[in-house]
Amino acid sequence: MRPTTKKIAVLGLCTAVALILAYVESMLPPLFHAVPGIKIGLPNIIIVFVLYRFGLKEAATVSLIRMLAVSFMFGNMMALVYSLAGAFLSMFVMVILKKLNFLSVVGVSVAGGVFHNVGQILTAMLLLGTAELGYYLIVLTVTGTVSGIFVGLCGAIVEKRIPKKMI
Amino acid sequence: MMNQEIKTTPTVKNGGRLFRNDVIFIVALLLVVSALGLCFYFFRGEGDKVVVTVDGKEFGTYSLAEDVKVEIRTGAQNEEVNVLVIRDGLAYMETATCPDGICADHKPISREGESIVCLPHKVVITVYATEEEDAPDIVV
Ligand SMILES: [Zn+2]
Repeated sequence: MRPTTKKIAVLGLCTAVALILAYVESMLPPLFHAVPGIKIGLPNIIIVFVLYRFGLKEAATVSLIRMLAVSFMFGNMMALVYSLAGAFLSMFVMVILKKLNFLSVVGVSVAGGVFHNVGQILTAMLLLGTAELGYYLIVLTVTGTVSGIFVGLCGAIVEKRIPKKMI
Repeated sequence: MMNQEIKTTPTVKNGGRLFRNDVIFIVALLLVVSALGLCFYFFRGEGDKVVVTVDGKEFGTYSLAEDVKVEIRTGAQNEEVNVLVIRDGLAYMETATCPDGICADHKPISREGESIVCLPHKVVITVYATEEEDAPDIVV
């Protein structure tokens, strides 16, 4: 099997797993329904894994396809705009921090989670022209940190456990 | 496929250095964002109108943008008077005939959700912000 074909297959598989994780997460009971946007971000485990195993291009592709698929399935174009903004900023920050090489995958993942929320809030503020969403920032940063640690640890375990020969 | 060395979980081998860096980074991140959030908090909640209710019923709504003086007369013979003044975007009770005078001593209000209550006269003045579009349901 040629590497490119294999890679496409593997990335497709990763995208599928990310979608399933998104679905699983949507079935979980909402922990804090008072504040929208609080999520563990289970699919990000896959994104972090792909980012560390393959690289930026691959992670961005998986992330993009996942978001497009989710928004087509649930038909919320507005949510897609927020997701894209969040994912873009998140990926940007993660790649830079990964390059700087002074954090473990946990720290990188935390930054990714936090800046995902920051990107969404900034977009909302731009689109709605209100600064009131700013106070979400603190709440979502704290929750983003906790979920980022969880996602980072899971991503690290997945990275370690899946042999490089296999994928 | 890239097979660069991968930093994953902190290990004993690296003397916990990565973990320490992570902790420093996370703490710094939380501090910066909290500071930002606090800034936003002070911008937040600047209301644009006050709603006056008497005994739970709406008495009137006044814009904070326009200076105005409102006499709120209550009681059986309209003998109880609270004078609400809006000036420079602040609302306060200028005078009141109530026995305790607490409402008249209350500092001026302008932030969303702030209120001045005159218990004896059952007058409540609350600041509201004109309803914006609901915050978007942020979906990841
Ligand atoms: Zn009073």
